Amino acid sequence: MALKKDFVKFDKVDKSYDGKVLVVKDLQLDIEEGEFVTMLGPSGSGKTTCLMMLAGFETPTNGEIYLDGKAISSIPPHKRGIGMVFQNYALFPHMTVYENLAFPLRVRKIPKDEADKKIDKALSMVSLQGFASRMPGQLSGGQQQRVAVARSLVFDPQLVLMDEPLGALDKNLRESMQYEIKHIHESIGVTVVYVTHDQSEALTMSNRIAVFNDGKVQQLSSPDELYEKPVNSFVAEFIGENNTFNGEVSDISGGKCKVKLSNAEIIANPISVKSKGERTKVSLRPERALINPKDKMDNIHNGKIEEVIYHGDHTRVRINLLGNPEFILKVPNSSANLDIKLGNEIKIGWNSEDARALDPK
Amino acid sequence: MSSETKQILTTDGIPLEVSLKKAEKKNKIKAFLLVAPLLFFLIITYVFPIGDMLFRSVDDKMVTQMLPKTFKAMENWDGQELPDEEVFAAFHDDFIKLVEDKREGKLSTQLNYTKNGFKSIIKKLRRASKKFEEGNYKEQIMSVHKRWADVEYWRAIQRRAPEFTGQKYLKGMDMYVNEEGKIVSVEEDRRIHRVLWLRTLEIAFFVTVFCFLMAYPIAHLLATLPMKYSNLLMICVLLPFWTSLLVRTASWMILLQQQGIVNDFFVGIGLVADDNRPEMMYNKTGSYVAMTQILLPFMVLPLYSVMKTISPSLMRAGKSLGGTPFVAFWKVYFPLTIPGIGAGCLLVFILAIGYYITPALVGGASGTLISNQIAFHMKSTLDWSFASAMGLMLLSGVLVIYWLYNKIVGIDNIKLG
Repeated sequence: MALKKDFVKFDKVDKSYDGKVLVVKDLQLDIEEGEFVTMLGPSGSGKTTCLMMLAGFETPTNGEIYLDGKAISSIPPHKRGIGMVFQNYALFPHMTVYENLAFPLRVRKIPKDEADKKIDKALSMVSLQGFASRMPGQLSGGQQQRVAVARSLVFDPQLVLMDEPLGALDKNLRESMQYEIKHIHESIGVTVVYVTHDQSEALTMSNRIAVFNDGKVQQLSSPDELYEKPVNSFVAEFIGENNTFNGEVSDISGGKCKVKLSNAEIIANPISVKSKGERTKVSLRPERALINPKDKMDNIHNGKIEEVIYHGDHTRVRINLLGNPEFILKVPNSSANLDIKLGNEIKIGWNSEDARALDPK
Repeated sequence: MSSETKQILTTDGIPLEVSLKKAEKKNKIKAFLLVAPLLFFLIITYVFPIGDMLFRSVDDKMVTQMLPKTFKAMENWDGQELPDEEVFAAFHDDFIKLVEDKREGKLSTQLNYTKNGFKSIIKKLRRASKKFEEGNYKEQIMSVHKRWADVEYWRAIQRRAPEFTGQKYLKGMDMYVNEEGKIVSVEEDRRIHRVLWLRTLEIAFFVTVFCFLMAYPIAHLLATLPMKYSNLLMICVLLPFWTSLLVRTASWMILLQQQGIVNDFFVGIGLVADDNRPEMMYNKTGSYVAMTQILLPFMVLPLYSVMKTISPSLMRAGKSLGGTPFVAFWKVYFPLTIPGIGAGCLLVFILAIGYYITPALVGGASGTLISNQIAFHMKSTLDWSFASAMGLMLLSGVLVIYWLYNKIVGIDNIKLG
């Protein structure tokens, strides 16, 4: 069976709570069957609202949402058959783990022996066999989260929504849960829509990421593309670390452009600039710039080391470069880089292809 | 495990336990001093009065002390036939002393509680006793009134001999000890207390039910509405607390009377005929309406405090897992509110069972409760021991309900706020 390209489809969806401000603006989003899509964005960017509209707890002010080809705006939440994992787990505190998992099966009138099999399967999927008779209050945060995941999957939904499910966990547990959820997704092939404000979580888990800001999807693409090729300066700044230069395009030709800064000129890759004289913000990832470049790079400049911060596996170096005192470099800790000392003057180079000239914003 | 426990010493060589006790002693004294004022206050205003009430309800020393010689003489009396001269002489001695102290009126009141008809014959005896001659008191006393020659009345006096009695409790249940010493019910047409007990339970029960039915949606709204609306609603709920109980009850009198606003409204919309206005006051209806309104906040507040802690995502989870809104409510939300329901119902029921002012004002004859009867005996008949007995019966009834609640729901399952 061919996987549907537009298993979930947001078609020109607007949402406003008070009739004055649009929380979601003209949202157009297709999600493929079996895909893991993350909605990523700062708080108030409309990502959770989108999820709630999909789950049926909010209605779109305008436009329509389609699930498997059917318009779902008029279908109440309990008939949509969508599994959901909530931020604070939302386990029923008065029911045991078994009863929590049995809840969606009971309301679907699934016979008990079949339900028991499904519950066993779901619990083993999150490696919580033997916890069936515990109350949620007797479980740790990570275990509760796993029960919540198991509960959202136990009735074999076509689509599972996760609303910042790992937000309440500590860092180590959060990372291991990320892999666990990713593996569950891969093994059962369910479509997942995941909401988070944590970019590393999004980059680790997703097939595609939709970056939300100001009620709009800024970019929808795979994690590597999002990181390497951000299409605007919001995405570039929101995802990962970023060095920026503000300037004016002085020349544009042959897939390259010259950007005039206050006291120098750099060569960049024109992404959203089209003509001479436009303002632009050039974005460069810290790991794309090298110290004392041996290759022939088309941007080589001198800078003074302002700050050195030791990070174990790498060292962050802050450099005053071309009038930008916040230029960050990540240097792997090896014996070759011993001349990195406070106050030293060093040579820094990068390829013009990695310096993306984006909107000035 | 080894049975010998090694004593752990502190670095100074003092046993750890001793050292710990010493260190905590100061804190314990401090803590006690902090609660001491309340403790004394509670002992003086709560423990002592209840103890006194308990004592008063069984205390029957008054008559015992007024007729000491009589009861001593009666020890040899079998109670079958009229007592002999010894008893009459002793009674005469006691009585003369009482007349000298002007306390014979109290005796007549007390004896009249035991058996009707003592008042007049004691009055007659007082007048006659002035002309009594020494000796042969039996003849002389019996000649004052024929009741003095009735063995029933002497038995009635003898029944007052013990210092303590449970007869007030029996009276509260419309029972008494008859001449043969058996516990029997009073005649059917004189049973007033049992009706009152049952009515009190009935009204308290239904008021609790009405309060619950009305408070549940209000509390839910309070817990789920946005802050600015819920604050306003909260003020509306609390407003009755800031108004005098009497004012509220009086306003119900204005609303519910036959020419009142509610009746006018019913007539206005054609529900009842103008010449056939229903009586909504001075009966049970009045008690129900006014008590439900007055006790409503006591149900709303515990429910609200519990509902406030229930995350809205639980209902959402219930729905997203496929439960209809009703199933999600019934299986998820409702069970989580049970601690609040328990607290609210217990609170309202206990308050309603002892309610006094409202039923007294709007209850009329058919809407009064046992508490009104207690007040009646406190203020009008001055039979304080009977009032105490009924008060204690009410208290023990409440304790029984509390115990039952603990057995069925569990008292640690309660949440008052």
